Amino acid sequence: MNAIIELFSYEFFQKAFLAAVFASISCGIIGAYIVSRRIVFISGGITHASFGGIGLAFFLGFNPLLGAVLFAVLSALGIQFFTKVAEIREDSSIAIWWSLGMALGIIFVFLTPGYTPNLMSYLFGNILTVTTSELWWMFMLNLVVVLFFSVFLRKILYIAFDEEFARTAGLPVNLFNYLIIVLIALTVVLNIRVVGIILILSLLTIPQASANLFTKDFKRLLVLSSLFAFIGTIAGLFISYFLNIPSGAAIIFTLIIIFGVLRLAKSLF
Amino acid sequence: MDPLIKIEQLTVGYDKVPVLENVDLEISDRDFIGVIGPNGGGKTTLLKAILGLLKPESGHIHFSKEMSGRKKPIGYLPQVRHIDRKFPITVFDVVLSGGIMQNRQKTKGEVREKAEGLLEEMGVAGIRNKAIGELSGGQMQRVFLCRALLSEPRLLILDEPDTFVDNRFEGELYDKLQKLNEELAILLVSHDVGTITSCVKSIACVNKYLHYHPSNVISQEQLANYNCPIQIISHGEIPHTVLKHHHH
Repeated sequence: MNAIIELFSYEFFQKAFLAAVFASISCGIIGAYIVSRRIVFISGGITHASFGGIGLAFFLGFNPLLGAVLFAVLSALGIQFFTKVAEIREDSSIAIWWSLGMALGIIFVFLTPGYTPNLMSYLFGNILTVTTSELWWMFMLNLVVVLFFSVFLRKILYIAFDEEFARTAGLPVNLFNYLIIVLIALTVVLNIRVVGIILILSLLTIPQASANLFTKDFKRLLVLSSLFAFIGTIAGLFISYFLNIPSGAAIIFTLIIIFGVLRLAKSLF
Repeated sequence: MDPLIKIEQLTVGYDKVPVLENVDLEISDRDFIGVIGPNGGGKTTLLKAILGLLKPESGHIHFSKEMSGRKKPIGYLPQVRHIDRKFPITVFDVVLSGGIMQNRQKTKGEVREKAEGLLEEMGVAGIRNKAIGELSGGQMQRVFLCRALLSEPRLLILDEPDTFVDNRFEGELYDKLQKLNEELAILLVSHDVGTITSCVKSIACVNKYLHYHPSNVISQEQLANYNCPIQIISHGEIPHTVLKHHHH
């Protein structure tokens, strides 16, 4: 116990703790939406496409998160455009953007002279190296996500459940869809530092699967998902510190263990 | 009195391939129109065009004054097979979704009260906190009927409300619809020709073209035509080749 209290006296750990809180709230809410709407694969495409932006930022020497945001939003809109306007099958459009982003990222990183030290932390995440400015960005994202979902909860729910009916009721369905896809892109990118590009899908789906065991109510799913994400992230953070293993992987592993135990308990009792 | 909706020479379809061509139809207050026709004949397409979900390629849909506006007083019950049964939503929330964006003069409490009343009326008040995926076919249709009615529509549009339901519920449903018809117009799509002809007031046969029967009596010969898609194309009184020619 003393070891844990002592940990909180370190600045790097305080920051990691805050990052875990922010990641849990934004990923919990956005992930619950993604899972409910069955657009996990789109989110995977956006996440991986953002790697192209990180590579570009390394190459041109600007903030990698900015590059990632650019590519994430671009790919989110690009997937919609490919599917709706160019009439390419949706899963194929997703795969095209997914791999295009990764390919561009690799090319840019290769072309960048010298060693790119942070690359691994973008791919696999490192919550212990989150900076103060990144925390501010995460804080603002949380503010926007929580506000948006509190104010428009019913409209978001009705559109997600039955888009066609929502249209007949006169709801601005397209506007909401575009706004939310941008929020998904931002959530993915700003949480990359926590678990990394390759593992971020887990924060958007595993806590939600755990929460879904206990509730079939959308609002409760949002809250419970954030709670499970928080428990998993914090527990993973401690495990990572005390066992000296990478934080991203430790967090995912903890999330999956929690889900597995709960699922098993549910079928036993 | 003006019809609520007047469809004139409507051509509509997907990706420039017309599913319906040169359709004319009038829906007046307290009409009860049964829409029948083979699968892929354009029944649902007709409903979607009326609901504004599909843009006409040509032709017009005129709405009367009371039917115009951003949110039209139309209640819609879609085909339940398109509903994601795993979606995390409760029965009561599904019904409440029928009340969004309309009846601004009503308070939140009044809308909830009305929703509770509808659930009671349909005999599904006991399942209001259940998830949508836990319902039987009949319960599901009742819940979606509640949703369609919450906005107090002038026109009720139902797309195959008789799928996934047992015979007893089907009978109840048609009794219910006849009662509702005393106050509003109904457009009902069904694949069950035999049953709907007993409760509707008129019939629209849809198979690329629309042929309107002003009564609910269809002769044996017409029914035979209905079962044969090739013949139903020549169903109209005006030869369609001429119409097509005229149009392009």
